[in-house]
Amino acid sequence: MSRLLSRRSALVVGAGGLVAACDRVAQLPAAQTLLGGAEDAHRTLQRTITARDALAVEYRPEQRSPIFRANGTNNPNTADYNAHAANRFADWRVVVDGLVARPLSLRLDQIRSMPSRQQITRHDCVEGWSAIGKWTGPRLSRLLELAGLLAEARYLVFHCADAIGGRPYYESIDLIDAFHPQTILAWALNDRLLGVPNGAPLRLRVERQLGYKHAKYVQRIEAVASLGGIAGGKGGFWEDVAGYDWYAGI
Amino acid sequence: MTTRSIHRHALATRLWHWVNAVAVIILIGSGLMILNAHPRLYWGRYGANFDHAWLTFDRFPGWVTIPQTYNLALARNWHLSFALVLGFGLLAYMIASLLNRHFQRDLRIRKDELSRRHVVADIRAHLAFRFHDPEAPGDYNVLQKLSYVLVIFGLLPLVIATGIAMSPGLNAAFPWVLEILGGRQSARSIHFLAASGITLFVIVHLVLVILAGALNEVRSMITGRWRVPE
Repeated sequence: MSRLLSRRSALVVGAGGLVAACDRVAQLPAAQTLLGGAEDAHRTLQRTITARDALAVEYRPEQRSPIFRANGTNNPNTADYNAHAANRFADWRVVVDGLVARPLSLRLDQIRSMPSRQQITRHDCVEGWSAIGKWTGPRLSRLLELAGLLAEARYLVFHCADAIGGRPYYESIDLIDAFHPQTILAWALNDRLLGVPNGAPLRLRVERQLGYKHAKYVQRIEAVASLGGIAGGKGGFWEDVAGYDWYAGI
Repeated sequence: MTTRSIHRHALATRLWHWVNAVAVIILIGSGLMILNAHPRLYWGRYGANFDHAWLTFDRFPGWVTIPQTYNLALARNWHLSFALVLGFGLLAYMIASLLNRHFQRDLRIRKDELSRRHVVADIRAHLAFRFHDPEAPGDYNVLQKLSYVLVIFGLLPLVIATGIAMSPGLNAAFPWVLEILGGRQSARSIHFLAASGITLFVIVHLVLVILAGALNEVRSMITGRWRVPE
């Protein structure tokens, strides 16, 4: 029996040891490259087997979540933002600049009067929960056409009015997602003007990726050739701060 | 005492067994860490804090999670890396095992093996720690065949399909996967249940390997040679 026990413990220690060893392995530079490579592998695989314009699933009105959970910043709560909120965002402007032929500075009423898309889609948080809601707003591609994206532009960076721990929130997407039909700048959720917890007055919807890509409180859209020079250089707040993958399609 | 040994496991089986063993353990550990980020499970298309959860957990302790302290980004890196190993490994193993006839020869369940008498006799034999038919010691018994078939053709494909169904990118490519599974939160729940089934299999498998003679069994999965018990 003692032989049996020792063999059993050897196997259990083997399995348990693997779990513990993973933390040591994860500190090796080579392992970090390999593990981080999964993001590229999944992006390449997904982009290979998915049509560029393949649409995220859209739902019927009765399939929406009763309450749409808000996450991340619930209120930017800066003096500037609070003044805008008190004024119902009448003077809020969205700047489109960087690698564009005609930089734009659009008022919210101009955005709201543009042809808009309505879509009932599912919002998947990286943590695991999902909420379904109806979003209204112009396609991002419309703004990019107005601004005249230059040929060198590869990414769009969304600068937000909120900051977490003193670091401004930002996110970025590439041109495949920027010109996707369901990528919109939403100003309404479930037929009401966007509330502060959900990103008032404007948030990005990039429906084939996880929630942290959907920048809230958008005040500037910058077209760039590379993400390297912006903030931590990884293309987004959570990417810089916590090591989340830039491509969040899985 | 004479000892006789036979060639029991094909190279493809042995390779896949160990690659898959590492992948499954890493996927279970990192999966539990990912579940720690939102330890609530729902049925249907949506599900968040205001919605009804059918199962909730406190946090899983550090000794079962990868990494051991809370880190969702790193857990996802482990999980998504080894998900590829699991998926493509299973595919390669299935193709190899059709070509080398491992599936047809060793896992095919004959009709008479499913008769009540045969199954009951096999359960009795297991309870008496007799795992091998003296007439054909190299053959899998029916409980063994059933559990391997369930894992290889049931639980592993299911855990992969439900994993794919949780990807918003792949949902756009294959919306029907989501429909079959009843929505993303159902897929997430089924993913957890299938992974639990695989975990249970691993535990029972390890216990039986020990009871059947750990040294001989492990060696046979490394070299392929298995000593026939007297």
